[in-house]
Amino acid sequence: MNARVKLTLLFCLGILCAAPYFLSPYHTTLLLPAIAYGIILLGFNLLFGYTGLLSFGHALFVAVGAYTVAILTSRLGIKNMEIIFLCAIGASIVVAVPVGLICVRYVRIFFGMLTLAFGMLFHSILFKFYDLSGGDSGIQVVRPFLFGQDLSSMDKTSFLIGPFFYYSIIILIILGALMWRIVHSPMGMHFRAIRDNSRKAEYLGIQVHRFRLIAFVISAIYGAIGGALLVIPVGLADPELAYWTHSGNIVFMTILGGFNNFFGPIVGAFAFIGLKDQLVGLTQYWRFALGIVLVMLVLLLPNGIMGLLQAKKRMASQEKAQ
Amino acid sequence: MTPILEAKNVSKSYGVYQALKNVSLKFFEGETISIVGPNGAGKTTFVNVLTGLLKPTEGDVDFCGKSIAGVGPVKLSQYGMARAFQLVQIFPLMTVQETIISAVISQTGSQYNFWSNAVAQKRLVDKAFEVARIFNLDKKMSWQASYLSQGEKKLLDIASAFALDPTVILLDEPTSGISTADKRGIMDTLMEAAKLSGIKTILLVEHDMELVAEYSTRIVALAEGKLLADLPPKEFFANAELEAQIIGKRVSHA
Repeated sequence: MNARVKLTLLFCLGILCAAPYFLSPYHTTLLLPAIAYGIILLGFNLLFGYTGLLSFGHALFVAVGAYTVAILTSRLGIKNMEIIFLCAIGASIVVAVPVGLICVRYVRIFFGMLTLAFGMLFHSILFKFYDLSGGDSGIQVVRPFLFGQDLSSMDKTSFLIGPFFYYSIIILIILGALMWRIVHSPMGMHFRAIRDNSRKAEYLGIQVHRFRLIAFVISAIYGAIGGALLVIPVGLADPELAYWTHSGNIVFMTILGGFNNFFGPIVGAFAFIGLKDQLVGLTQYWRFALGIVLVMLVLLLPNGIMGLLQAKKRMASQEKAQ
Repeated sequence: MTPILEAKNVSKSYGVYQALKNVSLKFFEGETISIVGPNGAGKTTFVNVLTGLLKPTEGDVDFCGKSIAGVGPVKLSQYGMARAFQLVQIFPLMTVQETIISAVISQTGSQYNFWSNAVAQKRLVDKAFEVARIFNLDKKMSWQASYLSQGEKKLLDIASAFALDPTVILLDEPTSGISTADKRGIMDTLMEAAKLSGIKTILLVEHDMELVAEYSTRIVALAEGKLLADLPPKEFFANAELEAQIIGKRVSHA
């Protein structure tokens, strides 16, 4: 990471940390799902942008994380958030390994359809197994302890824009740094080699299926951790979290931010949440408007917001050189 | 002398069609063997069987005394055999350095090293430069592979195979898609690279009979799935009938 990127990153983190001081509580709470999606998309992009596998069922793992926090806090009385994260990681591995073992044997549309099918299967289980999942009503999420601190005496808004906001940022930073390490490690290089040419990768001794499975499981873990953070402000885990439209939103956010750039998906998460909030306020046909944005993106900005910024930077440096 | 690679009574059928019929061959250290034959002779099937990609219907393939029948490309590279393809196989979005390092990583078993930056590991970078230098790619290490010329892409494809430090390398038409003027240059680079990398045996599938005559120590000819000839170049090209069977006409050569 060069000095300029480091400075920009520090500046953005500084702005984010200061957000509760200059934004209204409503707009600050709006940043919480953006942070959670930022984590989910970091994992999703390891699979899509770095390994070349486009999943249409990634919301499955978001739901796994969400239901883990819901079941642990409201049914089992386990409220320690760090223990909840460990359980969410465990649950996502238990689900991702068998699903991944089947899916990673296929690529392109076949992989996409298989992941979509597993996502919808999980949605049906959540919807129909009432005793286990609460059916269409879902399961309530009780406020968890953060770093062992019981914060139940705080009012909800103060909790969300205070301790929980900064807790979410810490998790985003830790998982972001970890993902940066993964994609720049020898393992990350193998992921990219598989994305570019899996046949050549095999002849260079790279175990393609094994590395695809590793990427799938890591992305599932990020999905579950993000999912656990996503439902705390809402206070409810419901089957819609696993529905295919939610998986579609995850793909949308990644394309919006730019999947060719490490920070693209995080930018996409913040842009999507902001855009959706503005459109919902403007028109009841906000989904239609989002659809138009997606079409425009694919046609005009296939590399997303970060792609546009990088192109501008390149042009500026070329002009400077001339 | 113990062969480094041996095909033992290898047959391969696709349904009722028999592509290879009881082929037995031994390949020794220090040899550059060209596999020639007209289209449909079974060259590709034989090469795929030799490199563990296809399991023979009958017979076996031994590499350094170990059966490699149908082991697949990953195991094959671990055993010490590399392959470069007729059509250029590169990682288009990766740089030259990253492409070669990818091979070095799997060869050194450091793919699960999670904590260090791949392009900052001196051992990996030094090895990548060493290989790139042999193929004159060391000045373009930071170039994205898709921006290289066709000839350089071909060299990068082969360089990454060399980075595996193989004992045996199979080069499938290494000069296809290269201008006639550059063919010899590429072949000279390859032969020099093989010497420097300590490659013991080279298997060459090539249609250009002048290159075959110049660079091979032995020529294996296949026709209709059978072994037609296994001769040194001088004897092979001295047999006009045999040559005509393989290429359809007689060519002049030095």
